[in-house]
Amino acid sequence: MAANETELKGLMVAGLDGDAAAYRALLDRLSRYLRSYYKSKLARIGRGAIEAEDLVQEVLMAIHTRRHTYNPDEPFTPWMHAIARYKLIDHLRRTQGSLADVPLDTAGEVAAHDDHIRVESGHDLQKLLSDLPDKMRRAIQCVKIDGLSVAEAARRCGMSESAVKVNVHRGLRALAATIAREERT
Amino acid sequence: MKTDELIRVLSTNVEPVDRRQVVREVAAAVVTGTAAAVGAVLVARGIRADLNDVWALTFLLLKLIFAIGIVVLGSIYLIRLARPGGEANTTISWAAWPFVGITFLAAISLAFAPLWHWHNMAMGVSWLECLLSIPVIAIVPFAVVVWTVRRMAPTDLTRTGALAGLVAGGMSATGYALHCTDDSLPFIALWYGGTIALCTLAGAALGPRLLRW
Repeated sequence: MAANETELKGLMVAGLDGDAAAYRALLDRLSRYLRSYYKSKLARIGRGAIEAEDLVQEVLMAIHTRRHTYNPDEPFTPWMHAIARYKLIDHLRRTQGSLADVPLDTAGEVAAHDDHIRVESGHDLQKLLSDLPDKMRRAIQCVKIDGLSVAEAARRCGMSESAVKVNVHRGLRALAATIAREERT
Repeated sequence: MKTDELIRVLSTNVEPVDRRQVVREVAAAVVTGTAAAVGAVLVARGIRADLNDVWALTFLLLKLIFAIGIVVLGSIYLIRLARPGGEANTTISWAAWPFVGITFLAAISLAFAPLWHWHNMAMGVSWLECLLSIPVIAIVPFAVVVWTVRRMAPTDLTRTGALAGLVAGGMSATGYALHCTDDSLPFIALWYGGTIALCTLAGAALGPRLLRW
């Protein structure tokens, strides 16, 4: 657990500084912890792996779009656990589950086990993207999917570099909101 | 969608993140909200006319210290609660200190006043105006604070909502103090303290609905 914390925090801080490889490694590790966490919680109330995967993805989106709320002076695991737990409670509330059925947990538990068995979630990336406003969709397509630099994307889309950045940022927030809403229905 | 696919999208071309962003945005919300409250009072009510009087000026300063004290303390706790898990190591009851202070001062001033004077000291001339104005003026500052905080990630929505209400009430009182001519400590404790407490309760009630993310 202590070793986990040091490592995860190191990756998170590097990610906040713009280190894409560290950030990818972080999200990969987190996805495995979250998968195990949600599967074990949801299994107790008879829910399946796809629902768990939906939650994993919702939380990864939330972590990404709200990563500026992490204070590097504080430990990382409680921050991530607070998000994971908040989204679990929110999910149970809107799907008529009750927290009373799910045992209490501590911050350590969220990074205690990992789970590699991936299933596809119910979210469809292409569909989600196609519902975005045109500018946001194109900015995300260029920068986040095709992996172009911001400068190249700006040239291809005919936007300024700052407009590309703003559209990527807003687009991801909109995607996160849509995923959270889909969960709700 | 596969989770690996999502991770690839999220981690491609990541922008560096400004670590002061939460503090900066809360500060911006406080400045904007206060400007809105002060502006509303100046436009709709006007500043009190007797500011060349030392007594009036002293009480204006007292009211401002009380109200701004609430805003500053409340914002400090708001910055903590706007982050996931911030409620775990934060005792927000410290934000109640300005209330304790003003109640203490009010009690002292009542103790030194004759009993027949108490009613006037507590009710002033315009308690009703104060009771209505502070919550109404607080609406815009509250909206500004809520809009800011819901883009962060509070995980205790009731407490975060209460703090948002508290800070908004403080901003509103900062504006209203410029107009209000009731100069007694019990009046400030009862009507300023009471209406700001009301804003706090309203914030706590609205928090879970408005701050959800």
